[in-house]
Amino acid sequence: MTFVVTDNCQRCRFTDCVTVCPVACFHGDSEMLYIDNETCIDCGACVALCPVHAIYEEFDLPEEQRRWIEINAEKAPGLPVVNDKGEPLPTAEARKQELGY
Amino acid sequence: MSALGSRSNPLRVAIVGSGPSGFYAAEALFKAEHAITVDMIERLPAPFGLVRSGVAPDHPKLKQPIQVYEKIAQTEGFNFIGNVTVGRDVSVAELRATHHVVLFTCGAETDRKLGVSGEGLPGSHTATEFVGWYNGHPDYRDRVFDLRQEAAVVIGQGNVAADVARMLGKSAAELATTDIAEHALEALAASRVREIHLIGRRGPAQAKFTNKELRELGELTNCAVIVNPAELQLNSESAAELADKNNYTAARNAEIFHGWAQSQASAKPRRIAFHFLASPVELKGEGRLQRLVLEKNRLEGPSFAQTAKGTGERFELPCGLLFRSIGYQGIPIPGVPFDARRGIFPNDKGSITDAPGLYAAGWIKRGPTGIIGTNRADAVATVATVLSDLEKFTPATKPGAAGLLPLLARRGLKVVGYSDWQQIDAQEVQRGEPKGKPREKFTRVAEMLTALQ
Repeated sequence: MTFVVTDNCQRCRFTDCVTVCPVACFHGDSEMLYIDNETCIDCGACVALCPVHAIYEEFDLPEEQRRWIEINAEKAPGLPVVNDKGEPLPTAEARKQELGY
Repeated sequence: MSALGSRSNPLRVAIVGSGPSGFYAAEALFKAEHAITVDMIERLPAPFGLVRSGVAPDHPKLKQPIQVYEKIAQTEGFNFIGNVTVGRDVSVAELRATHHVVLFTCGAETDRKLGVSGEGLPGSHTATEFVGWYNGHPDYRDRVFDLRQEAAVVIGQGNVAADVARMLGKSAAELATTDIAEHALEALAASRVREIHLIGRRGPAQAKFTNKELRELGELTNCAVIVNPAELQLNSESAAELADKNNYTAARNAEIFHGWAQSQASAKPRRIAFHFLASPVELKGEGRLQRLVLEKNRLEGPSFAQTAKGTGERFELPCGLLFRSIGYQGIPIPGVPFDARRGIFPNDKGSITDAPGLYAAGWIKRGPTGIIGTNRADAVATVATVLSDLEKFTPATKPGAAGLLPLLARRGLKVVGYSDWQQIDAQEVQRGEPKGKPREKFTRVAEMLTALQ
């Protein structure tokens, strides 16, 4: 079982999630964040922090989003750890509204 | 005089408590662009607080933050000062003399009371006692739980209540290769508990479990879950709560409850039964707890602010054990302002009210909410407050550990340093090996100190 970041993070990248990660398992590129499932302890603290519900436990992942399991696992290890809250992307607020949050 | 926070005048911070909040505060302090030393004072010889003695033994992954804390402890300028109780072995005034900042991360060590008659009957316990006991916390080493009883009640519907229910619902064989304390494994092996009742004063939409912890209760090998479908009917305010997109944890919980309510009761030897909208009003029994009297509640108020109000309708549950898990409270430390109603140190963004130089993070700052990682954001916020106050501190150099340790030595106190803890840790791991356990904890302070000789 693992937690994954999905496409709602794109054009948002709020990074609230990383502030409650007890083990620094978030990595990121300029687009979005990814969870390193080797480090993640499945505590789920991040899920509730995401303003656009981009993070799912694998078990709860909608069918059309399952590809994100592989994307997170592939991308995260090669990217730098994101451990501190940063500025959201300039498009974040508009995207949040568009997503209905 | 060189500026406070420079290499020749480092900011000396004493952190009181070595749980998650303490370590995340230390991490944040070391990240700052100042010279800072951290002396972490812990009343036990063992660090890591509730990650060591709160997280359930069958949740080993949730203990992995310890690896993060072990790295923080290796940072230059970090000292672990174990086996020292602030307020008893050393006063807060003395710490203020040796350190610029005293940051309290001492958690919430006592349980709230139900405040009903019979609460003190034998058989009535706090969840904290039980959790501390099975996790080998020295404070609870000698607690005795009468596990010959067939029915146990857990008051509360959060993750701690789920832990207690799960530990009662699992067989000893399922726990044997965890880091559960030996005395607890022996006692649980003889357990006759078959019925576990989980009671919530509000409804299924307000239960505080996280999805994973709730779902896990339905996946136990030897324990079935029972939910009465009639109890899942929601008033319109609760339905509105679940329809709110930001409330998906509660919505998922409701789905899990519905799934269980619709499934056939399985023939497993133990059962966890959920009860909603009920509050304990009296514990009854001849010489010990035998029955719990409950009052049915209804919800009043607007969505997200609904409170439970008694309806006057009562019912009884036969039970020989009761664990209350309805919230925790901090305990006061002499020399620190205390808000007795909330059980916290009153503070503004972590700065303790009317007490310059004193700060708080974690449960003693905001009350007992959230999970391990919640305390990281909380500790980072307090450290930001500390750093923004830097100019307010007296710029004189302070000795930090170099002043504190001789003081403790003069008092004949046996201080456990970090390398001492590493020895204790290695021995615990070694003791666990023949049993296939990750560790066999020392459960008495004296045993830990003997292990160092």
